[in-house]
Amino acid sequence: MAVPIENLLRDLTPQVLGAVIRRFHDFASAEDAVQEALLAATIQWPQEGIPDNPRGWLIQVAGRRMMDYLRSEEARRRREELAASEAVQLAPSADVEPEADDPLTLFFMCCHPALTPSSAIALTLHAVGGLTTAEIAAAFLVPAATMAQRISRAKASIKASGVPLQLPTSQERAQRLRAVLHVLYLIFNEGYTSSAGPHLQRLELSREAIRLARCVHTSLPDDGEVAGLLALMLLTDARRLARTDPDGELIPLTKQDRTLWDQVEISEGIALLTATLSKGSIGAYQLQAAIAAVHDEAARAEDTDWPQILALYELLKRMSDNPMVMLNHAIAAAMVHGPSKGLELLRALDSDARVAGHHRLDAVRAHLLEMAGDHQAAVTHYRIAARRTTSIPERNYLITQAARLSESTASPDRAGIAPQS
Amino acid sequence: MKYILMMNTMKAGEGVPCWPKKDLQAHVAFMRKFSQDLRDSGELISAEGLSFPDQAKVVRASKDGTPITDGVFPEGKEFLAGYWIVDVATPERAYAIAARASAAPGPGGAPLNMPIEVRPVLSAPPPEML
Repeated sequence: MAVPIENLLRDLTPQVLGAVIRRFHDFASAEDAVQEALLAATIQWPQEGIPDNPRGWLIQVAGRRMMDYLRSEEARRRREELAASEAVQLAPSADVEPEADDPLTLFFMCCHPALTPSSAIALTLHAVGGLTTAEIAAAFLVPAATMAQRISRAKASIKASGVPLQLPTSQERAQRLRAVLHVLYLIFNEGYTSSAGPHLQRLELSREAIRLARCVHTSLPDDGEVAGLLALMLLTDARRLARTDPDGELIPLTKQDRTLWDQVEISEGIALLTATLSKGSIGAYQLQAAIAAVHDEAARAEDTDWPQILALYELLKRMSDNPMVMLNHAIAAAMVHGPSKGLELLRALDSDARVAGHHRLDAVRAHLLEMAGDHQAAVTHYRIAARRTTSIPERNYLITQAARLSESTASPDRAGIAPQS
Repeated sequence: MKYILMMNTMKAGEGVPCWPKKDLQAHVAFMRKFSQDLRDSGELISAEGLSFPDQAKVVRASKDGTPITDGVFPEGKEFLAGYWIVDVATPERAYAIAARASAAPGPGGAPLNMPIEVRPVLSAPPPEML
């Protein structure tokens, strides 16, 4: 089959599926019906040519399959209900307007409030991303049967919740969009791991997150946070190859080989960010993207504009409860005003319920203690953080820092990262 | 988040439980359903039962790297009987699953209330290091 048809079908599938589910309210059957329509397209289009309205064509064919299914299920009530709408909504392809259906319908359905984050992630990757159960299972290191169950239970939860599939108010729509962005952010973070070694067999979740974020951005080109999230992903993904050494061990941002950073992604991220910020909007993803951009624009670690990063974190702190934001703010403050300032901010966080006890508080404290020259205390805190993290690469990193520091007979200057204030 | 649930209930020298047949069958049926329920809920990552301690060996490398095996264990040492690895939304859910395993029926159908050790499996993605 010609590649362009395959790509076209792949791009249209989420919209078609969303449209069919919205009309017939049955996720699983809709998927089957859409599969049949796609199959019909792969057979007919190469011979007859691509229709003028390929999306409408697919919706129409899938709709007919759904009607057959409903008839065979003897759901008379539904059939009568739909006979009326059939005349309007399954009209000949030329009349089906793209605007009649929200192209983000399927996204909104998959990021349904009834679902846990991991269920929403699985369903989004499956229904919107078009990934197979096996691919999603492999990406999350979960057995295929478990992932299949997770996905089918997610669909059942949506059906059972009784929450209408339409999003009548713009506030509901805005809320659901936030949920979609959060799910995509989680997918990206999960996938932002080493692509070297045995993980080459795993699907690049971070690339999939970027692809899905692009879809949303295409549908909502004027939404600042959507553009901000896509920019953040691109600006972060750009550093992927420099983030780990050949053995898969973590390399901190300040020590990465910047020649390995993807300048094409950086340019695209910065362009997106510049365009969205010029519209005057501001939001958490846009701010995080701006911070990533400041890092990515520095040719060397020592060229980093830390005062600008600090200012951006001050803004971000006001809109985000995320512990990582507060910790990174402390690091930025240390880079601008010296480690004592950073440590002072951490002491305040000790009594902040959102951050206190978080293992990264110890990791950041260790980092700042090292900057301040208190190596013994730094070693202690690196080790405390290492005992409590649930990430293997992070644990290895923290243990190694502790070992390095306790072996060295370093004076504070050897740490090499004290600011020139 | 992934957690491992470990049943460390076997002891050296102990054999197969000699309960009435009805009670043995109830126990097996419970365990089978327990794993199946975890499969159905989409939470099961893996589950294994291990052979009895009399099959266990401790292996050390000798000076030339060849294995030295030893099958003698201190009395009272506990052995892993089996484990489940589950992927759940909260630690509380992991504890609830473990509590159910703990209450598996024993002699007379009474819950055994076995201790189940629950620990996180290291599977989180790392943050950006600065």
